[in-house]
Amino acid sequence: MTEHPSQSVKFYQTGTHTVGNRLLDETKRTVQASVDRSNAITSGHRACQGCGEALGARYALDSAMRATDGQLVAVNATGCLEVFTTPYPETSWQLPWLHSLFGNAPAVATGVAAAFRVKGRKDVRVIAQGGDGSTTDIGFGCLSGMFERNDDVLYICYDNEAYMNTGVQRSSATPPFARTATTQAIGEAPGNVFGTGKNLPLIAMAHNIPYVATASVADLHDLEYKVTKAMGMRGARYIHILVPCPLGWGSASDATIQVARLAIESGLFPLFEAEHGEVTQVSKIRRRVMAEDYLKVQKRFAHLFRKEGKDVDKIAVVQRMADHNIKRFGLMDEETAQ
Amino acid sequence: MHHQIEGSEAVARAVALCRPEVVCAYPITPQTHIVEGVGALVKKGQLTDCEFINVESEFAALSVAIGASAAGARTYTATASQGLLFMAEAVYNAAGLGLPIVMTIGNRAIGAPINIWNDHSDSMSMRDAGWIQLYAETNQEAVDLHIQAFRLAEELSCPVMVCMDGFILTHAYERIDLPSQQEVDAFLPRFEPVQVLDPAHPYSIGAMVGPEAFTEVRYLAHDKQVQALQLIPEIGQVFSEVFGRASGGLIHEYKSDGAETIVVALGSVNGTIKEVIDVMRGDGLAIGSVSICSFRPFPLDELRDALKSAKRVVVIEKNLAPGLGGVLASNVRMALRGATATVYTVIAGLGGRPILMNSLHDVFIAASEDKLTDVQFLDLNQAVVDLELERARTTRHSGPTAESILRQNAKVGE
Repeated sequence: MTEHPSQSVKFYQTGTHTVGNRLLDETKRTVQASVDRSNAITSGHRACQGCGEALGARYALDSAMRATDGQLVAVNATGCLEVFTTPYPETSWQLPWLHSLFGNAPAVATGVAAAFRVKGRKDVRVIAQGGDGSTTDIGFGCLSGMFERNDDVLYICYDNEAYMNTGVQRSSATPPFARTATTQAIGEAPGNVFGTGKNLPLIAMAHNIPYVATASVADLHDLEYKVTKAMGMRGARYIHILVPCPLGWGSASDATIQVARLAIESGLFPLFEAEHGEVTQVSKIRRRVMAEDYLKVQKRFAHLFRKEGKDVDKIAVVQRMADHNIKRFGLMDEETAQ
Repeated sequence: MHHQIEGSEAVARAVALCRPEVVCAYPITPQTHIVEGVGALVKKGQLTDCEFINVESEFAALSVAIGASAAGARTYTATASQGLLFMAEAVYNAAGLGLPIVMTIGNRAIGAPINIWNDHSDSMSMRDAGWIQLYAETNQEAVDLHIQAFRLAEELSCPVMVCMDGFILTHAYERIDLPSQQEVDAFLPRFEPVQVLDPAHPYSIGAMVGPEAFTEVRYLAHDKQVQALQLIPEIGQVFSEVFGRASGGLIHEYKSDGAETIVVALGSVNGTIKEVIDVMRGDGLAIGSVSICSFRPFPLDELRDALKSAKRVVVIEKNLAPGLGGVLASNVRMALRGATATVYTVIAGLGGRPILMNSLHDVFIAASEDKLTDVQFLDLNQAVVDLELERARTTRHSGPTAESILRQNAKVGE
C-alpha cells in the first residue's frame, strides 16, 4: 500500500465521504478490512465510547504490524492510551509493549532501537506513541533529542488537544478559546487564551527528519497509508494524528469521525506529508466548511455561541487560522476555492 | 595489569571490559571523564558491539538506558549531582521495572548554592529508589565494584549505582590493577534477561497496578534488596578468588574488634579515617572504623555485629538531612536499636570541604570523652554563621545568604 488511496479515487457515491473501502480493488483496501490484521490493540480495553485515540492507535499499529511483518515493539508514554489498554492484570497489546514514564517515550524508544541494532536485529522496528501532553509538553525535550539524533523510531502523537487522562486540562496543543478544566469558560476571556499552541508537525519538520505527516481518524485509509510509508523508511519519523475526544471536546460520541472531518474540511487541521523538511503532499479540501461549523458541534466552544449572540470576533480569529492554513499548505484547488 | 591512571579512565576501561551493549552519555562534572572514556573506546574500535548514544539530558540518558535494558541489552550510564536529580523519575522507574542497569555516580553536592565539589547529597537523595548502592573507598575498589555490579544487577534483575567520590576519586591518578578481558569474561556471564521485549513472545511491561497488587509489587522490591544482602558477599568472595584481591562486600572493618569508639563512614574518607585511627591507636586509644560499602541494601546485622564492642559510634556524614542531622547516622541508629552505644553525627566534607586529619583527630578525641553534641559540623566557621544570623535578624531585606557569606569571608581575609 504505497499509492495514496484517498487521492487516486474519490467516492462521493456513498454520500458520507467515507472512502468506500468495498469499492476498491482488494489490494487497496484498508489493513483493518483484512482478516489477517494483527489486532495489535485487541478488544476489551477501557476507552470511552467514541474515543478517537483508540481508533487511531488501532489503525496505526495494525498498519505498522503489517508493514514490519509483525516485527514491531511499541513504547508508550503515560496517558489515556496507556491507562485504558493496561489495567493490571489485563492488557490489550498483542505486540511487545513498554510503558516507562510520561515524558520519556521517545528516549526509551531510542534505547529499544539501539538494543535491537546492536544485537543485529535490524528487522525489529520501534514505534513510540503518546498523547499531545506527553508530545508537545512534558516529553518535548526527549522528542527533539530523538529527532536530532535521527534515531530509527516512528513517533506517533495522538492529539486530542488537552490532558484528557487527568480530566481535560489545557496542553500546549489546546486551541484558542477552548474550554478546559484549567482554562474555564468564565470571566472576560473565557476558554484558552489566543496565541498559544505549538505546531509540532512544523517543529518536527524543522529537524529535517526523513518523514513527517499529519493524519486523522476521519481518513483512516490515508492514516494507514502514512504509517505504512513511514515504516518503509529509516531514521526519525513523526506522525501527528488528530483524535477527537468526546469527553473533553463535548462532542457526541457517535460524532467523532464527523468532528475530525470538519477539522480537515475547514482547514483547521491540514493533512500533509513532508520529507526532510519539505512538504511533499497535501490532501485537498473536498467540500469546504467554515470554522464555525467545526466549533459549534463541540461544547468546549459553547461560550462562543451564547444565547445573547455569537462571539463573532473570536470565531473570526479561528476562521483566519483556517484561512491561513488553506493558503500556507495549498489546501484548495483553484476550481474548488471559494 | 597495573596502570598509573585517572580514576575515571580506570572506571571507563573497567566498564568496557564488562562489554556493555548500550552506553548513554550526558556531561556533568565530575563524572564526564568516565563517559568520555567509554565513548573513545567505542570510537577507537576497542569496545565493539556497543552503541554509544549522546543524549540531550540526564532524564533522557536513563530513559534510553531503560529502553535498551528492557530490550535485553547490557546497559550503562553515569551521572552526578543535579543530573541524578534531573533523572529522578527515571531512577525510580528503572528499579520498579526491574532493569539491571549499572550507573556510576561521581558524588557531588546539590545546589543551591551551585557547587561542583564532592559530598554524598546526590546519591543519598535516591537511596530509597530501589537501586542497590555501593560506595567505593578507593579507585581500585571503584574498578572492582563496577565489574561486580553488572553481575549483581543481572543476577537480581535490579539496577546498581556505584558511587565514587567526585574529584577525590574520579580525578585522582593512582596505581590501578585493571583485569584482563579473559578474567572479566570468566567472572561475568552473558546477560540473560528475565524479561525482554521480543516480537516472538510479546508481553506488556509497565502496566498500571492498582491497590490490589501494588503492595505486593513493592514488597518484592524490598525482598530483592534482602536477597542482595546474601549475594553481595557471595559475589565479593567469587571476585576475590578470580582476581586475587578482596573488594566489595557489605562492610569493611578496620581495627574495630574490641574498640570502644568506632567510626562509621562511606567512601573515600575512610582512607583518612584509617590514618587517624593508626595515630590514635599509637597513643593507646581503643578506636577503630567500619566502612560501609553497601548502603542499599543496608547491612543492619553485619553492622550491629561489627559495632558490638562500641560504647560510642561516630558517623562521618558527607550529607545533611536539614532538620534532622545525617542520613547515614539514622541508618546506623537503626542497626543499633536496643544497644547502649551513643551515636554521634558529624557532618563533614560538604561541597568539597577538605576533611583534615587534625580535625578528625580532635573530633574523635572529643567523642572518646563523650564531649560531642548529637549533631556536629566539622570545621564549621561559627563566627561567619553568627554574623550572618545577626545580619538576617537585623535586616529584613538581607539578600542572598551565600553571597553574603562569601563577602564576609573576603573581609576576614583582608
